Order: sequence, then structure tokens, then C-alpha cells
Amino acid sequence: MSRIDEKFSFLGGRGETALIPFVTAGDPDLGATLRILGALQRSGADLIELGVPFSDPMADGPTIQRASERALRSGTTLPQILEMVRQFRRDSDIPLILFGYYNPFFRYGLKRFAREVEAAGIDGILCVDLPPEESGELKRWTDAHGLDTIFLLAPTSDAQRIRLVTEQGQGFVYYVSVTGVTGARKRFEDHLRAQVDRVRRVTRLPVGVGFGVSTPEQAAWIASFADAVVVGSALVQVIEKAPGWRKKAEGAGAFVARLKRAMKRVSKKAGGERLE
Amino acid sequence: MRNSRNSSALPRVPDKLGHFGVYGGRYVSETLMPALIELEKAYVEARRDPSFRREFHRHLREYAGRQTPLYFAESLTARLRGARIYLKREDLCHTGAHKINNTIGQALLALKMGKRRVIAETGAGQHGVATATVAAKFGMECEIFMGKEDVERQSLNVFRMKLLGAKVRVVESGSQTLKDAMNEALRDWVTYVRHTYYLIGSVAGPHPYPMIVRDFQSVIGQEARRQILAREGRLPDYLIACVGGGSNSMGLFYPFLGDRKVKMVGVEAGGLGLKSGRHAASILAGKVGVLHGSKSYLLQDRLGQIRHTHSIAAGLDYPGVGPELSYLRDQGRIRFASATDREAVEALKRLAEVEGIISALESAHALAEAMRLAPRLAKNRLIIVNLSGRGDKDMNVVAEYLKASDEWQIVNSE
Repeated sequence: MSRIDEKFSFLGGRGETALIPFVTAGDPDLGATLRILGALQRSGADLIELGVPFSDPMADGPTIQRASERALRSGTTLPQILEMVRQFRRDSDIPLILFGYYNPFFRYGLKRFAREVEAAGIDGILCVDLPPEESGELKRWTDAHGLDTIFLLAPTSDAQRIRLVTEQGQGFVYYVSVTGVTGARKRFEDHLRAQVDRVRRVTRLPVGVGFGVSTPEQAAWIASFADAVVVGSALVQVIEKAPGWRKKAEGAGAFVARLKRAMKRVSKKAGGERLE
Repeated sequence: MRNSRNSSALPRVPDKLGHFGVYGGRYVSETLMPALIELEKAYVEARRDPSFRREFHRHLREYAGRQTPLYFAESLTARLRGARIYLKREDLCHTGAHKINNTIGQALLALKMGKRRVIAETGAGQHGVATATVAAKFGMECEIFMGKEDVERQSLNVFRMKLLGAKVRVVESGSQTLKDAMNEALRDWVTYVRHTYYLIGSVAGPHPYPMIVRDFQSVIGQEARRQILAREGRLPDYLIACVGGGSNSMGLFYPFLGDRKVKMVGVEAGGLGLKSGRHAASILAGKVGVLHGSKSYLLQDRLGQIRHTHSIAAGLDYPGVGPELSYLRDQGRIRFASATDREAVEALKRLAEVEGIISALESAHALAEAMRLAPRLAKNRLIIVNLSGRGDKDMNVVAEYLKASDEWQIVNSE
């Protein structure tokens, strides 16, 4: 059982929904990220998604584009990110997911990538531009190193693709709440709940919802029917606005604590039957 | 569109998932996967449908002005004292470049799929103009994404797009050129995918685009093959085309792939020289990677970040290249060369002076290679150069380049 599986099974037993904050590694530098990760964990994050900056983040909206630019400007590289993760791992066992675009992983050499990522203490990989069809060469190595490969589903996915993704996916299924790029949204379509239920009916994997979740109210609503809530751009904005490492870490922690509190107030009434 | 490869040792590509050997594929976010699968289905149906093919060729004939001449460049040949040089005159197509072949085909496909809004990326503006043109003709809403730097150096084409009723979205992220325009077009597509058709202009992007664009552009090579056989009674010895993303080169080369004796040369943008690092020669100087939905040669750093590129020709100023070209390069079927900014401008000037034809800066890269190669070949050898576009759009850039160099004095004093 991976650290991710264990976390979901622990939370599931308590009827709790996981909160997964996303931050871009190296935004604005890795010293800040190390402190922010600590604050996220102390404030109630259940898992953490760590974004690897890429020069051409075509699935991201302006907020995370800017975060990537800041990270690259401060010279952030994959080996440095892994070094920072090693440091963080000394006093933390929170599940960590490396989130990014395929090219920097591919260019690193997938065998070496999987080995070093595992050694650093990462638990799962999520490649936003790598559908299951193209994931064979990555999974060959990540499977060998016990890393979960997490895939996405979207509002446009039909039954056939839901089957493919839930069969190939590990850890959890990342459900993209809206068609579009990452970024805070004011509201969601009401049928999001029905869409998530549709996925949950065909898989044992937990289903997390992300893209656009930005307020405690939204997080609480999604927590009432999903297994995890991912919050990215709204958190990155908090980090962007606060000056200095300490304020950034404090702001990020306070924001995540508010989200978690709101999520805990709702009890999960998942619609539809789970596949057991 | 018919596959006219009669005999070939190369396997049929792409395979079902869009792979050309190890290249190509579909590296996109899940949201776009269903749209790509839907597009592939619609295209495979259209390709088999005789009425779709008839309509496509009717528009090529009546609207785009095909077929285009295969012109024997007699004066240029005489001066170079070598191989006979023919120019495939895609510059005479409606809108001034080969890009219209593909936009007509894909517009018909979009209509068939019931999509009323088209978006496109553009570098030099030729694909943007060709897309805006078909959108006007077929009554579709149209938005063109163009990098800020390109908007400045190709202002004439920006004006044309607006006149044709398209909205031009200026992209200010990254290097503000074609790569960033494509990022932004992909972001728009992923948001409005349900009613928007993304009309990609090169043999790049995720499957099925490299195949679709190649097939629609292969009308260039089909005509050239017929024309050279009628004129010379035999196949050419060399085909030469410039390569940015690669649509004009694949269009010319594809119908000749099975003709083993026909040599093919792709000419990449050498910019300020390959050693300077300021160029756009993805195949000559790149490494395999994944960008914009497919695996291919890419200009990138050691850690997989995409490098900024440079070329005087906006249409070649792109860090990637179509996956099929990478595949054919590895097979040894296509040789790749490069021409610098300076060599391209010199070739453009020379063709204008001796043949009275002003080529696009992109196509001038292919001319530069032809001018290097022809004198080294016997006089009975045949070269076909794809003159993929005309140079009107480049006059400001060329004038400034010449003003900054000594050659301005020569032009002025004559």
C-alpha cells in the first residue's frame, strides 16, 4: 500500500475528505517552498501537490504561469527540487505528489527520474499532458519504484475514457472540474456532483476534484461528494501577494486552515453506490 | 489527399495512436483527448467520402487558384551553371502562400463537425490570414493568436486578418512568438473545446493534426510530380523546402517518399548561425522531447525547458518540428541543412533580381540551399524548390535588415 492509499483509507474511515494544496516548487525560490510545505502540513493539508515549473505551461492560467516564471527565474531545477524534498521528508510523512509537464521528466531520463524521485520521498506523479495512452514508458519505471501514477478525467471524458483512466490510474483520480486551464473560478456547474458520482460508481480509487476551487465554501461543497479537494491557483495567489518567506508561509498556512475547517463542517454524503 | 505513394520501403505512418516510429502521439490534457478522437473519426470519414474530396478540390481550383505552376527558373539556372531549378509556385496561391490548402480542407472538416468557431496560431501571419480567409468565406467566427514580436514584424498580415473579420489576440507571454501563440491557442481550445475547432497550421501538434495537415498539403507534391513528369519526362533528383513546423516540406515531399531516387532536403532556420545558439534549427541542433502535443526534435536546455529561438523568418521561428519529419530524418530519408538570416536575405534578393519573383523569407531559406547545391551538380540534374510563399509581408523586415548591413548601399546606388 502506498502512502497515498494509506492516507485515503485513513480519511475514508473517518468520513473525511482530503485537502490537497498545490504549490509551485521554487516560487519564488526553494527556501520559501520548504517553509511553505511545513506550514501546509501543520495547517491541515492531507496530501501536497508540488508543481515542477515548465517554460511552456499550456494547461495553466495566468496565476500558475507567473509562479512558473518566478521559479524558473530563480534557477529552480528538478534536482534542486528533489534535494528540497529530501530535507522536508526528514520530519514529515505527508504524501507528496510531483505535478508537472512531461518534457522535463522525459528529458531527465525516465529511469533516473523514477529512481531519484522515489529516493527523495515522492509518492506519486501527475503529468498533466500525459494521458494513459502515452504513459507506458513512464509507468515502466515509476511502477518499478513503487510510485503512483495519477491520471486526470474531465467533463468531456466519456464512459470509455472513464474506464481507461480508472483502470490505469493509481492513488486517486484527479477530476478536472471545468473545461479550461487552472485558475480560480467564481462558480461551478451544478452537475459537477453528478459527474463525480459517475466516476465513483466505476472505481475503487478515490476521486479528487481540482481546477478552480478557491473559497472555503466551494471546498466544503465539493467535500460533500468527492474524496479530495485540490486547491492550487487561489493558494498560489496568497503566496504571490505576501512579502518574504515567513509571511508567505504564514499566509499559506492560514488559508489552508480555513479551507480545512470549512471542509470538516460538512459530512460526506456521497451520492450513488461505491464500487466495493 | 489520396495516398499516392506507389512503392515504398517505409511502413505506413502514423499508427493508430498517431505515432511516427517513436515520434508523434497525443500528449495533451485529458480535456482535449475526446476532441482529438472525435476529430480523427470525422477526418477518417471525410477522407473516404468522395463528395468531401470533390468539394475540397473544387475549392482548391476555384478559390485558391490551383494548380500552381511549376516554373523553370531559366535565368537563375543559367547563372548558377549547374542543375536545372524549378520553382513550385505556391506563392501564387490565394492569400500568398501554401497555407490556404490546409485551411480550406480543415474548414470543410469543421463545418462537417458542426463547429462554428475556429481558432488558430500564427507566426508569420500567413496561416492566420489563410484561416481568417476561409472563416470569412464559410461564415465562421475566427480568432487568431499571434505573439507580440510577430505582430510587430508582420503588421501587414495583422491588418489583413482584421480586414477579413478575424479577432487578433496578441500574446505577450514567453518569447512572444509562434510557440507562445500555440500555448495560448491550446488554452483557449481547452476552455471552449465543445464548440471550437482548432485549426493547426503545421504538421505539428497532437495526432491527428500532423496527418491531416500533411494530407491536405500533399496536393503540392502530387501536382509537382505530374508537372515534372510532363515537362522533363522524369522525376527530379532533388526536392528542397524550408522547415519550420514543416507543412510545406511535408506537402511537397510526401507524394515522392516512395520514389527512392528522389533526394529530399529540409532547410532549417540557421538564424545568426548554429554556433551562435540563436537559430531555430530543431532537427540539426535539438534533442527529442515533448511539446504542444507530440514527441519530436526540440530546441531545449539540458533540463527540458524550451529554448528561445531566433529567425528572421517569423514562420520558421519555432523550437519544434513536425513528428513525421523527425521520423524521416532518423530513417535517413530526408537530409537536413540550414540557411542563416543573411543567406536567406541574399537568396531573396538574388531571385528578385534575376527572376522577378519576390519570395517569402521562409521560402528564401530553401532557395539559399538550392543556390549552394545547383552549381555542384551536373547540368542535366533537376531540382524542385518549394516557393511556399510570396514576400510582400516581409518587405519591412528585409528593408531594415539591408539598411543595417552594407548591402543597403549597393541597393541604393544602383
